[in-house]
Amino acid sequence: MQVVRVIPCLDVTDGRVVKGVQFVDLIDAGDPVELARRYAAEGADEITFLDITASSDGRSTMVDVVRRCAEEVFVPLTVGGGVRSVEDARLLLRAGAEKVGINSAAVNDPSLITAIADEFGCQCVVVAIDVRRSAQGYEVYTHGGRSATGLDALRWVEEVCDRGAGELLVTSMDRDGTREGYDLALLRAVSDISSVPLIASGGVGGLDDLVRGVSEGHADAVLAASIFHLQEATIQEAKDQLAKAGLKVRPPSASK
Amino acid sequence: MIHIVDYGIGNLRSAEKALQHSGVNARLVDDPRELASATAVVLPGVGSYGTCIAALDASGWREPILEVLGAGVPFLGICVGFQMLFEGSEESPDARGLGVVRGQVRKLEGAPKLPHIQWNRLDIERSSRLFPVDLDEQWMYFVHSYAAPVTAETVATATYGSTFSAAIERDNIMGVQFHPEKSGSQGLAMLARFAAMTGEI
Repeated sequence: MQVVRVIPCLDVTDGRVVKGVQFVDLIDAGDPVELARRYAAEGADEITFLDITASSDGRSTMVDVVRRCAEEVFVPLTVGGGVRSVEDARLLLRAGAEKVGINSAAVNDPSLITAIADEFGCQCVVVAIDVRRSAQGYEVYTHGGRSATGLDALRWVEEVCDRGAGELLVTSMDRDGTREGYDLALLRAVSDISSVPLIASGGVGGLDDLVRGVSEGHADAVLAASIFHLQEATIQEAKDQLAKAGLKVRPPSASK
Repeated sequence: MIHIVDYGIGNLRSAEKALQHSGVNARLVDDPRELASATAVVLPGVGSYGTCIAALDASGWREPILEVLGAGVPFLGICVGFQMLFEGSEESPDARGLGVVRGQVRKLEGAPKLPHIQWNRLDIERSSRLFPVDLDEQWMYFVHSYAAPVTAETVATATYGSTFSAAIERDNIMGVQFHPEKSGSQGLAMLARFAAMTGEI
């Protein structure tokens, strides 16, 4: 049985959640642990933290956030952003993360994928791929979508699978923030050549987009930020919508 | 005191925190000689079968573990820690499992994609202490590419491409393929049922 995962994503810098979080009844609206706990109670299947910190101070703060989160939130936690070495991964996994996301560093040095997989198992290596459409097809971008790499996204997918990726997190930079829905053709192209699960990301504007990500994009999990943070939809409503479309989800009652 | 076997593999903090969250006395133990005083033992494991077995043997855990398994101490293997209870695994043919449960761990057949990374519903095969029959539908978090066969010890199965052992129980010997420490309230509840077997809570 294939069961779709619903994954809220939190952007974190210097220990605080940033970008459009509108929860009003939280004591500290910017506390990532508080938000993670809330989403987990609502039935989130995993939580993803994207560390957008540039400073080393902020980096150690992130490890502390992961540690606090692992003490009270008992669903899988992925941390992406700024993971550049086996040691970076070790710190986050030791602190209580299940998986690390690697993006730019994997493009710079693809052997990092294998190095982390060999050390901790491929199940903890999520390769994040930012993609823009180009005249030739799909191109991989790094550094938050700012730097073109010249890499063809589909060839990169095959390479990272061969090198030991356990999962793919594919973000359409063309759609990110547009609320026009996932780039379904991109997702489908990736999913159909990939041997590992695919997490869809970038562009969700409504719950139907989550459904289409799976039914038309062939994704195994759906990630979204704004629709949850802005309280346009709850995790439970997302799951209800997926279930209504005939897709299998973990019922929210199982997380009570 | 529940001992969590710390043999240098992966993230053991989650297991420790989850047990403590359930109100249980649990701690990581990195000295095999201490195991004899445990009221219950948890054996975690992530990564490859061969790596886990090698780490277990390198730090001298095999004999003390076989002793507590034989002595009737409640014992819970998690993920690769569960798979190690079997005789061996197709993943690492040269690695010798603990062999207290008959059978070989094999690659999940018929799976659309591997690893199997998702929550999945358990099918309760028979009532056990880990999973009494009167429970609500059980959903647990799985991360694995290899799986143990359904045997006489199997109390719950799950299906992803094919049907495999999700939980086994034979007297004091228990194991689960999923991660109860990452399976929210239902996972914590299962850990609490395991901890209750020590008679300490």
